[in-house]
Amino acid sequence: MKTMLKKSLGIAALLALSANPVLAHRFWIIPSTSVLSGENAWVSFDAAISNNLFFANHVAAPLQSMTVTGPDGKAVEVQNGKEGKIRTTFDIELAKPGTYKVASVRSMFSAQWKEGEEVKRWRGPAAEFAKQDLKGKPELKVFENHTRVETVVTSGEPSSEVLKPTGKGLELVVEKNHPNDLFAGEKASFGLVLNGTPAANVKVTVVKGDDRYRNEPGETIVTTNDKGVFEVSFSEPGRYWLNATLESEAGEFEGVPMGRRVAYTTTFEVLPE
Amino acid sequence: MKRFPLAILPLLAASAAFAGEVKLTIEIPRLEVAEYHRPYVAAWIQTPDGNVTKNLAVWYATEMKDAEGEKWLKDIRQWWRKSGRSLKMPVDGVSGPTKPVGSHTVSVPVKVFDPAALPAGDYEVVVEAAREVGGREMLRLPFKWDGHAAVDASTQGKTELGKIQFTITP
Repeated sequence: MKTMLKKSLGIAALLALSANPVLAHRFWIIPSTSVLSGENAWVSFDAAISNNLFFANHVAAPLQSMTVTGPDGKAVEVQNGKEGKIRTTFDIELAKPGTYKVASVRSMFSAQWKEGEEVKRWRGPAAEFAKQDLKGKPELKVFENHTRVETVVTSGEPSSEVLKPTGKGLELVVEKNHPNDLFAGEKASFGLVLNGTPAANVKVTVVKGDDRYRNEPGETIVTTNDKGVFEVSFSEPGRYWLNATLESEAGEFEGVPMGRRVAYTTTFEVLPE
Repeated sequence: MKRFPLAILPLLAASAAFAGEVKLTIEIPRLEVAEYHRPYVAAWIQTPDGNVTKNLAVWYATEMKDAEGEKWLKDIRQWWRKSGRSLKMPVDGVSGPTKPVGSHTVSVPVKVFDPAALPAGDYEVVVEAAREVGGREMLRLPFKWDGHAAVDASTQGKTELGKIQFTITP
């Protein structure tokens, strides 16, 4: 029963990350603090897929998908985890100085088609696709999805070990600025890589949190240059959400047109000067 | 051969030892607030482009057990970013406990800051204060150091800091 529940929540979470970027809800993992001093600091994280940043109002993020990496590259235990209905929460202990990364990385297979005016979706392993008997459905298309949602926190001096790309999907890399060393009134530049190589000409969307209290969400869209580098100016301190999504045609899967979606999301704090 | 090093010794000694005094006065103002905690304060010397040259003072809750007071050092955020996060606390001659309301004068020991070792140029003393359940204020006192002329820079804070004075008396 418990696993059933987990599964259904997981699928709800997956569905929430649905195809249309305009309608897509936002997946985020946000730390209680991103810059810490002193020994054995603790950070609590909230993670959800919601319509507002950073307020849980839709679906909790799947707790089981969370992995934490310490400054030495070793896995760090997720503690006090709780996956609620609309929000997931957990803690980590920063036992060593340096930068830690919390990430939810998932690869999944999906299909979408139309039934009348309605867009229908299915998610599951690629091997299960044939069993769905979807062939012939109007506008049927399948997708290979790879999404990475993450955030970093630092105790003491920032380090870059955890920001080295794994080589899979879209990833943020340290170019000039460290994501835990951002101040209002300053420009920050980061790198974006796709499968480990610079991702040129990719649109990156940056949105400040607390959009619930603004009539205009105020999205900033910047594009990576030919070296995969982009620059963002932060006029105001606050918590920000950053996303880059790439969609491309990927031939056919079992005779059905296939697309590939690769997405990267992170959150970070910009402090007042 | 022997006479040469002997002759040069007094010269070296003269340029190496600073016999004067460096003083920093920081006023912690009285604030009418429901919950008051003494502020964390950091003071340092930097170049106009923001490179920290010397830390002069860091006042934080040093008396708490298990170095628990270090947890809030990051709230002195410019200091934390510029040098605090790369230091091992406490720092001899620099760090000390938080101070009560009033004016506090610190005589900066030569081992902490030796003006004789500071190249001539433009500098600023930065004083940053951050108070638990309170505000934060950062003040800059620009000064010029030519290697021998006295320095006397002062400014007045508005919220978390009162009068700040920095002097080098050669």
